[in-house]
Amino acid sequence: MKLQEIVDLLEAEVVTNKELVPTIEIHSACGSDMMSDVLAYVSDQGLLLTGLCNPQVIRTAEMMDITCVAFVRGKRPDDMVKSLAQSKGIVILETKKQMYQACGILYTHGLDAKQ
Amino acid sequence: MTSIKQSYIVDGNDFISCGHASEAVKRTLKELGMPSDLIRRVAIAMYEGEINMVIHAEGGVADVEIFSDGVKIYLRDHGKGIADIEQAMQEGFSTATDDIRELGFGAGMGLPNMKKYADEMEIDTEIGVGTTVYLGFKVR
Repeated sequence: MKLQEIVDLLEAEVVTNKELVPTIEIHSACGSDMMSDVLAYVSDQGLLLTGLCNPQVIRTAEMMDITCVAFVRGKRPDDMVKSLAQSKGIVILETKKQMYQACGILYTHGLDAKQ
Repeated sequence: MTSIKQSYIVDGNDFISCGHASEAVKRTLKELGMPSDLIRRVAIAMYEGEINMVIHAEGGVADVEIFSDGVKIYLRDHGKGIADIEQAMQEGFSTATDDIRELGFGAGMGLPNMKKYADEMEIDTEIGVGTTVYLGFKVR
């Protein structure tokens, strides 16, 4: 699924690396507020949906080669989080949708959770 | 065999910048053209180690040695030590506080995860003295 389609489906705002959005294709996603779980179970996911909003979310994404982090429930990352993501080439999205809702929308549109 | 040695101080009082060392090692391995599978395994396991050092041991030192066919990492801290290694290796067991869980860690996956991604792992620990975790990775 094209990242632009995800932006549209989640009615999200693109906060960092806007110019990369048209170039990114997402094949699978995961949703978690526990970075420990992301590090333990996730493989080759392009998108992380989370309600956790601290710099370690971006570091976790970087270690896992995750290209896009979507903050759900209207969470707004601070400048430090945004600047870290910007420098790492990670796209940040903000959506007002809740985690369950956001995951459900993407899943029903064909975005799977590859394990 | 020639190797590249790197040493990083992991600041135990700085949760925000935790991950610096893993990030630097990941970058070096990329520059050296090491296989992406190895890079990812090293980055994740070392990052888990860094997180552990910050949340459980007030920081420490990470010594990294890179060979053409693998990577060796020694994570040394002077924290309180691990009372029961077998228990600590169980998925889901954690002594982390609620404060740490609110930051997204402390699910009891750190050590099991490090073991999962490394090819070799040894833990040397003494109560009140500290812990050294050795992680060995081979190009597969």
